[in-house]
Amino acid sequence: PFKRYVEIGRVALVNYGKDYGKLVVIVDVVDQNRALLDAPDTVRSQMNFKRLTLTDIKIDINRVPKKKTLIDAMEKADVKNKWENSSWGRKLIVQKRRASLNDFDRFKLMLAKIKVSRSFIYFSILHHFRAIFS
Amino acid sequence: MAAKRKAPVKTRNPDLIRGVGKYSRSKMYHKRGLWAIKAKHGGVFPRHDPKPKAPVAPEKAPKFYPAEDVKKPLLNKRKPKPTKLRASITPGTVLILLAGRFMGKRVVFLKQLTSGLLLVTGPFKINGVPLRRVNQSYVIATSTKVDISGVNVEKFDDKYFAKEVEKKKKKGQGEFFEAEKEDKKTLPDEKKEDQKAVDASLIKSIEGVADLKAYLAARFSLKSGMKPHELVF
Repeated sequence: PFKRYVEIGRVALVNYGKDYGKLVVIVDVVDQNRALLDAPDTVRSQMNFKRLTLTDIKIDINRVPKKKTLIDAMEKADVKNKWENSSWGRKLIVQKRRASLNDFDRFKLMLAKIKVSRSFIYFSILHHFRAIFS
Repeated sequence: MAAKRKAPVKTRNPDLIRGVGKYSRSKMYHKRGLWAIKAKHGGVFPRHDPKPKAPVAPEKAPKFYPAEDVKKPLLNKRKPKPTKLRASITPGTVLILLAGRFMGKRVVFLKQLTSGLLLVTGPFKINGVPLRRVNQSYVIATSTKVDISGVNVEKFDDKYFAKEVEKKKKKGQGEFFEAEKEDKKTLPDEKKEDQKAVDASLIKSIEGVADLKAYLAARFSLKSGMKPHELVF
């Protein structure tokens, strides 16, 4: 029934707090509720499991590796690319992009959407036309 | 002070600690060259006697004393500071007007006038907003900028926008019952020419950017699901 487990090397996403949205690696388990986390751009720290969402990605490390070892292991497992190509990762990237849109960008987006829908309408009318008259 | 220095001179007496100088009084006397000034003036410091004042007419006793002491209002030396322009508003920024006849229109910012109001133009041909003054508080600054280098806005100031003073017509009794002839106030041609001159180079630089003309022609409105505190402008 469970597919993603808390284990050493499990990559997780922080979903609450100061580091919201960051990918971190579980390097040790403190107790029933807390884990020790590390990431290339953060200091090693503990966090409650409730603040984490587990991902499918797992890397091969020993308990509490040195920063350099951790970074090398993450490169080897290609965590960044795996994350950015996963559908979850892609969704987050799109959300970030949408939130950062300028007023002008939103206008251009609206024009592009209208263009797409209008070309679709044109295509479907053309299609029906052909279907009726052939 | 009789003699005015162009720039304040640094003290020749550096602080050892706050309140304690490095040099003693006699050393400072020597450093400042007061001995040389004395020597130049024959052993004494130069005296600057006060200039003889012009004879003042003797004050006459006032004709009238008020029954009780009249209070003088307190002195007010306050000078209002010039309105601070938001850092996000620079010449060429596209602004969204939030109130008034042109509510929602996207408009190009030209310069801040001395009264603190912002000088703004549609351009007129694009969205119907003429050269106009607008208060900073009624404006959202977007991060879109238009190239404004070809525009000369030197001649526009608050006096340009002042209302024309109408001559007071003497109201005779008969005229009350006649319909008052109201001349339709047309814009003087000079102002129309000014608008065209400012807009000419603006429109050229606007047409250089894709979709910008349509963007300025459209009005801004909040749609369903848009949260203003989360929007990036």
